Amino acid sequence: MIDIPPYPPLDPSNYDLIVVGTGVSESVLAAAASSSGSSILHLDPNPFYGSHFASLSLPDLTSFLHSNSVSPPPSPSSPPLPPSNNHDFISVDLVNRSLYSSVEISSFESEILEEHSRRFNVDLAGPRVVFCADESINLMLKSGANNYVEFKSIDASFVGDSNGELRNVPDSRAAIFKDKSLTLLEKNQLMKFFKLVQSHLASSTENDDSTTVKISEEDMECPFVDFLSKMRLPPKIKSIILYAIAMLDYDQDNTETCRHLLKTKEGIDRLALYITSMGRFPNALGALIYPIYGQGELPQAFCRRAAVKGCIYVLRMPITALLLDKETGGYKGVRLASGQEIFSQKLILDPCVTVGLESLSSLTDQQNETLSVLVPKSMINKEKIARGVCVIRGSVKANVSNALVVYPPKSLFPEQLTAIRVLQLGSGLAVCPADMHVLYLSTLCDNDDQGIKALLSAMSNLISLPVPENRQSDSVVENDTSETKPILLWRALYVQELVKGEFGGTISSMPSPDGNLNYNEIVESAVKLYEKLMGSEELFKEETSPAENTTEEENDGGVEIED
Amino acid sequence: MHGRPRNASKPEEEAASAAKAVQLRSLQSQFMTNHHDKIYTNEAIELSTKLLEINPEAYTAWNYRKLAVEDRLARIEPDPNLVSAILDEELRVVESALRQNFKSYGAWHHRKWVLSKGHSSVGNELRLLEKFQKLDSRNFHAWNYRRFVVELTNRSEQDELQYTDDMINNNFSNYSAWHNRSVLLSSLLAQNADGFMPNIKIPEEYDFVHSAIFTEPDDQSGWFYHLWLLDQTLNVETPLLTSSWPSHGSSIILSGAGCLSGSSSMFTTFCSESGSFPLILYFDQAVGGVSSSTVTIDSELKGNEGLVWEPIPNKNSQVSCVWVARLKYVSSDPCEYKVKIRVGNSPGIVSSRGYNFNAPYEFVFTAHVHDTVEDSQEGIVSWTDGFDIWDAKSKDLNSLVTLDRLNAEMDFKWRQEAIDSEVECFGILPDSKIGKLTLARLLMAREAMVSDDAVKGVHYEEILQLYNDLMALDSSHYQYYKDEHSKAFLHKVTSSSESLSRHLLRYRDMNNLVCLRLNNLSLSRIASVEKLLFVQMLDLSHNELHSTEGLEAMQLLSCLNLSHNRIRSFSALDSLRHVKQLKVLDVSHNHIGKHSVDTTRYLCSSPLSNSELGQDDVGKQNPGLVTKYWDAYCVLRDLNLKQLDIAGNEIAGEEFSSFVLQVVPKLVWLDGQKKLGN
Repeated sequence: MIDIPPYPPLDPSNYDLIVVGTGVSESVLAAAASSSGSSILHLDPNPFYGSHFASLSLPDLTSFLHSNSVSPPPSPSSPPLPPSNNHDFISVDLVNRSLYSSVEISSFESEILEEHSRRFNVDLAGPRVVFCADESINLMLKSGANNYVEFKSIDASFVGDSNGELRNVPDSRAAIFKDKSLTLLEKNQLMKFFKLVQSHLASSTENDDSTTVKISEEDMECPFVDFLSKMRLPPKIKSIILYAIAMLDYDQDNTETCRHLLKTKEGIDRLALYITSMGRFPNALGALIYPIYGQGELPQAFCRRAAVKGCIYVLRMPITALLLDKETGGYKGVRLASGQEIFSQKLILDPCVTVGLESLSSLTDQQNETLSVLVPKSMINKEKIARGVCVIRGSVKANVSNALVVYPPKSLFPEQLTAIRVLQLGSGLAVCPADMHVLYLSTLCDNDDQGIKALLSAMSNLISLPVPENRQSDSVVENDTSETKPILLWRALYVQELVKGEFGGTISSMPSPDGNLNYNEIVESAVKLYEKLMGSEELFKEETSPAENTTEEENDGGVEIED
Repeated sequence: MHGRPRNASKPEEEAASAAKAVQLRSLQSQFMTNHHDKIYTNEAIELSTKLLEINPEAYTAWNYRKLAVEDRLARIEPDPNLVSAILDEELRVVESALRQNFKSYGAWHHRKWVLSKGHSSVGNELRLLEKFQKLDSRNFHAWNYRRFVVELTNRSEQDELQYTDDMINNNFSNYSAWHNRSVLLSSLLAQNADGFMPNIKIPEEYDFVHSAIFTEPDDQSGWFYHLWLLDQTLNVETPLLTSSWPSHGSSIILSGAGCLSGSSSMFTTFCSESGSFPLILYFDQAVGGVSSSTVTIDSELKGNEGLVWEPIPNKNSQVSCVWVARLKYVSSDPCEYKVKIRVGNSPGIVSSRGYNFNAPYEFVFTAHVHDTVEDSQEGIVSWTDGFDIWDAKSKDLNSLVTLDRLNAEMDFKWRQEAIDSEVECFGILPDSKIGKLTLARLLMAREAMVSDDAVKGVHYEEILQLYNDLMALDSSHYQYYKDEHSKAFLHKVTSSSESLSRHLLRYRDMNNLVCLRLNNLSLSRIASVEKLLFVQMLDLSHNELHSTEGLEAMQLLSCLNLSHNRIRSFSALDSLRHVKQLKVLDVSHNHIGKHSVDTTRYLCSSPLSNSELGQDDVGKQNPGLVTKYWDAYCVLRDLNLKQLDIAGNEIAGEEFSSFVLQVVPKLVWLDGQKKLGN
């Protein structure tokens, strides 16, 4: 897949840790480990940072999706093995697992896109934003990675319905006040509920239990959706809270299809994250921010931080084989595509790296044990995530550029089992040319067809699909609303597998991008893995830079995150 | 800023502030020397800059700078560049001072002064304001200054209204923004600016403020604005005549002092020693300009040309709701006269807010003058016996028909609709004190607007229940709710002839006086007096009244029972001084004299300021007692009482009784005892 340019051998050839893949979790881990003094080699087979979290131009995105989709690339085991000069090791060939399936890419106005093709920074793992109060921001501040990224606010979030209406999410006092679609009584009920949550949070942090209202233990253990009903919130508001604020995926009212019935405790945690996000940075408009130049900036920022601390970076460098001790079966090192053998105490791998089943058969039990985390598990109830990227001309909502739209379960069609999230980003974030927007869609699904169907339904709700697909409906007179809908220029649809990370002693595997809107779980899993690898050593200890000059912000709408 | 806890200062902070004080003191003394010696050199001015940057509150330094600027401007060439350089420097100093303390009066004032020199940097001013209003959006200094700048630059009021929109949308707990909005809207509505018709705009504003109130009922700013809107809805600008005595179409019987044999129980009989009877006009708001030229009288009653109209209660006031004139009649000569009164025939009656009374009104009544029977009895008036039941055919209640507002007010409909929709709206706001209070106020307003007898009075039970709930819910404002409850109750009683007549009686002994019994109703306030102008005998005993405020309009009142109330001093009875007809007063079993500190004394002129006090006979004979009982003295000497009951008060006693007899020589009955020697 990639031509390996002649590459001078790496020196040194022995490290504490080798990390393969520059996704968010790998990069956080590399930054944390290098800041605690470990020697690290950080590799990526791709010519760019970010792995599955990268932001790419349209052609790069296309080729990445194709090369990582179901038809596996030519096995890297085919090139003849260079003779190993140390015969204490056996080498096990690695296989690339494809994360993506049902990849379908269509371009409707190729000339325009080609003209601008390099001006796109399109995320592979969209839609994804940062909550101002989430763990990724905390880690950036702790590590100093915040110096390399700049954010802007997501201007608005909406709840959509099958009629094409986008209603503002009343997520703050001011938003409730301004909202035109809530009745006065609903405003009253919603604000009362927010106040209850705030007072509950205040009581749990300040231990001032006498005056403040707290939610009872019993309520905390019951399903969140029942608690909302108990608070006498009408269905409309319940749906806003569950899917547009707590960002749940599964229909909480349907116990049969709901894979994850949220408890009140967890629901309150999610609301707390949202509420604390709202006020965290004075120059951020709401709870959500997004990095300028795309989410690929985030892993890159952590990589830069790691590089400052001595981590060595090599891109375009796949590993082809693992080296195991002949006697003990333990892990020793890796063989690079360049043929060089590099040794380390521990190894962390991108979720795509697996061992071919055929090569396992010849191994000893100990060797198999070492490689256990790399053996693809056959998962029951395999959850996937369908993702879509659209480049559009126009905006889904007038006068709004960066916006989140949520379609709660059943809001588009009766069989819609999961919420569909749509994120529109504009040229202000340097992800596309002016006049255009990039639209990211995602929804959890059991199979590809189901997911793609849901995404298409949301797309047709928001944008006018190109003429060729509408051919049958030509006779239908276009109504007024469709005229104002943005026009689709380019589209990618794909389904991504959800692979969990695994700690395996010397060799660990990192998770694939998850189905969430934020980085909270990804970052948390990286932190957990770090603790397992390094003992309970604190992340980015004493890394916090002394409060930097608090200069007045230029009023360009940028959000600088500072302690 | 609001809602931020103040932390005790740490030792190092205290040390720093001490060091700052030392520095400031030396700066200050140097500066004062400069100021004193009128030194306006660059160094001296620089010193004042330094001082102001540390302490923006140094007023003297700001004034010094004004002098310095004048001095320099006088000395330089009239080159606009030089002038603007000097003024720019002033603006810069103000700005850095404001950075130190954006609530410094002196700094804001200095800036106004610079701008008033014609130095314009208006774009800058608005930008500076943005900055300070971002820092604290409620900062009233900034809002105040904003109004100044806006006026200076002729920025349109519509733009400013939009700005309050933005500020409120950003955070609706901003009383300053709501206030500015009400100021701007008042002006735009008064100008009839494009699209600013009250019947359209006010309902829109209601919708706007509802969102604030319902989102956070505990936040005050929206409620204040709602109150302002309610005021805009209820207050008809043009003043109207609410009621009069005698009322249109009524008949009254006039006689001299004493008893009339066989007087009719159908009409009010008015006896007067002075041969005059009061004519009362009651307006819905305070008006001025009531005179013999604006109110004309057409009658055969002689000697009533150039009638003198007096505002009640304050003779010297220019405006009042109640105006009284005294019509003369000759009682020796029984006759029947028609009297025609025209109010507002010629312009001149103007409300205190400057609106003309423009709904001329005419009313006619008949006066039967009877022979005087020279049989002046001085019997004691009893509050228990001698009453006849009310004759349903009595004509006196005509006065209850209040003048029709509908004819006077063209845009009455939208007001009624606005109130109706408000009532509906606040009916759903659950469990909020202020919500209940607003609903009660709205229902009262609705009652006031209803003219259809069929639906009149249907809300009073709900209103009374709301105030009862509020008294139970919110004890700290108990007295306020109690007062409102009393008002609502009295509105209810006076809302129809039927309900009022249940409380009416005739007192047989004194020419069938019209007696209104409102005893034992736990009233804490008097209201609806405009509908009770015909009442001559009023029983308010066993209530919770603190004062007689409001009764001054009842010019026919001759007997008043206030026993078993909560009157704390004679100054609380001050309004009775204007009721010239009052002969019988019962204030027994109150709290007069119980509290050494009299909180109602301010109502009454103080003995120190009153030079005439003590100049009459009583004062000369007994200066000590006058000083001791000066509030009683002030009230009682102006009354023509024949009967007074004072027992059951702390103040009562032999000393006070003898003092009363001196002050009121005509008194016949004191505490049920006939005065000796009479």
